[in-house]
This record gives sequence, structure tokens and C-alpha cells, in this order.
Amino acid sequence: MSKRASSWIVLVAASLFSAMTFAAIDTFTFDDEATQERYKVLVKELRCPKCDGQSIGDSNAPIANDLRRLIFKQLESGATDRQVVDFMVDRYGEFVLYRPKTTGKTQWLWYGPIAFGVVGFLVLVTVVVRSRRQKQSGELVDDIDEEKLIQVRRMLDGDNQTANKSGRQS
Amino acid sequence: MRRVLLLLPLLGLLGLGVLFFRGLSLDDSVPSALVSKPFPEFSLPVLEKSGESMTQDSLKGQVSLVNVWGTWCPTCYAEHPYLMELSEKGIVIFGMNYKDQDDKALAWLDELGNPYAANFVDADGRLGIDLGVRGAPETFLVDKFGVIRYKHEGDINARVWNDVFEPFLAELKKEGQL
Repeated sequence: MSKRASSWIVLVAASLFSAMTFAAIDTFTFDDEATQERYKVLVKELRCPKCDGQSIGDSNAPIANDLRRLIFKQLESGATDRQVVDFMVDRYGEFVLYRPKTTGKTQWLWYGPIAFGVVGFLVLVTVVVRSRRQKQSGELVDDIDEEKLIQVRRMLDGDNQTANKSGRQS
Repeated sequence: MRRVLLLLPLLGLLGLGVLFFRGLSLDDSVPSALVSKPFPEFSLPVLEKSGESMTQDSLKGQVSLVNVWGTWCPTCYAEHPYLMELSEKGIVIFGMNYKDQDDKALAWLDELGNPYAANFVDADGRLGIDLGVRGAPETFLVDKFGVIRYKHEGDINARVWNDVFEPFLAELKKEGQL
């Protein structure tokens, strides 16, 4: 094997190994796959109370560590997902939920954007429909005062004549 | 009329801008989920008297503060002189020594003075989880029936005491608890 190839292998092996050490913050292993999967989802869905931008699963904060261990124990002793989530909310409030429940105030969060979208769409539709109707029926012209229109035409004609004259003179 | 309608989106946008700008400077502490709930059950050793323990019932009988602290926490150090002041004023303060070592905690109280009526030791932070503690210092206001009335995150100082705690104390006075 050439020196170059062997150094590549070392590099690849090293990077694999470093990835493994990162992943092993503290992995709790369950006896069955299903619970392991539930655990993974739960620690991703629950926000670390200390560190706003991270889930319990992502954070290295001591409190996140404690909570992971607690959730592990709860799942091992047969708690349902609902029970684990309620346990957390009872203590830390809705703050820990990345997907807040739809109750009371949080309804605004869930339905507000949809309501805004619907209202915006309705406004758009009315604007488009109205302008089309106006174009078809010639309403635009109807809106304008006939007398003023004649006045404007006269002014324009006058301008044209003077412009033409001056054009000829120069 | 049409013209005014055209301005609406702009006004809406400005409104949102004001709202979000205000959000930047708002307090980011999280309201406690435990307000108006009884102090969670516990049975933990007393720091000052080895062999003895205390429970949530030890807090009942008078309005008190429960202060979560640890020697590892710099803000607790900053807060300590004000707690001394409060205890001299006759405020009952219980300490919850949180994720700390007993010898370090005792040395701290020896050196800086002990404002606490008693300290209970939550070495592994399990009670901290039941209390929804996010960090130290945190201070709970507990009424004489052992019900949590308020939680403050961060240090207590003269400003916080006057602006935040006094109104709650006035409320408790109205109820005849003080």
C-alpha cells in the first residue's frame, strides 16, 4: 500500500471515530427497539429548560442530562409518552414543548397564520376580480367626469398644436 | 378611502416591527408552572444538622422564601448580602442547597453569614426538577399554607424586592397571612 493511501485510511478512520464519540454523550439503551424510538422522539420534542434553543436530546447542560436520565427511567418503568410530557409541563410549563398544545392563548399560534393567509387570499381575489370587472365594463371611464375629460382633451390638443408649431419654427 | 386601505399593510408591518422590537428587551424568564400549587413533596437532609431531615410541611406556618443556591453559582454570591439584609428585617428564608457539596456550602455560610432559617440539601437536583428549577439562584415565595405564590429567576436585590416581591407581600397581608 502506498503511503498516501494508508494516510487516507487513517484519516477516514479518525473521522469516523470522532463522529462516534460525539454521538455518545450518554446513550441510554432500552431492551426493545420501540421504546428506544419513543425515547429518541421525546428528547427531541422537549426543549431544554435552561438552554432555549436546544432540545433535551441535543443539550449538554447538566439539567438536560438529568432530564434525559429521568425520562429514561420513566419509560423503563412503563410510562406513556403522554405521561412523560405531562410530567415535564407540570414542572416547567408549556415552555418545554416545541409544539405547544392548542389551548387558550396558543390557538393564536396555531390558527393565526392560517387566518392571515385566508384573509390575504380573499383580499387578493377581490382586488383581482374587481379590476377585471372594471376593465371589461369600461367602468374606469365611467368614473371620470365627462366635462373634465373634454377639458383635458382640449388641453392636450392645444399642447400638440403649439408643440407642432414650435417644432416647425426651429 | 381607497388610499387609506392601501396604507393598511404598511401600518400592519410597522405595528409588527414595534412589537418585535419590544420583544428584544423583554424579560426572558419563564413564568413558573408551579404558581398557586403546593410546594412539591420532599424529604431531604438539613445542611446545618446532620442526621435531621425536613419536608414540605416544615415550610408551613409562615410566609417564607425558598432560595435555590449553590457555591458554584456566582450570582448567588452576589445575592447573598441582600439575603442577609432580608433576614435581618425578619423575613424567613429557607435555603435549598442545589447540586452542591455539604462541606463547601457550610464553609460558605461560615464565611459569609447564614441568612437561612434552615437549609435542605438537594444534592442530585431531583427536587429541583419537581420545582421546575432552570438554574440558580431562584427564589420561591411560599405562603403559610405551603403554597407557592411566585417564583423569581435570578438574584434578589433591592430593586427586585421593591418592585416584584413587595406587591405579593401586600397581597398576602390583605389575606391576613402577614
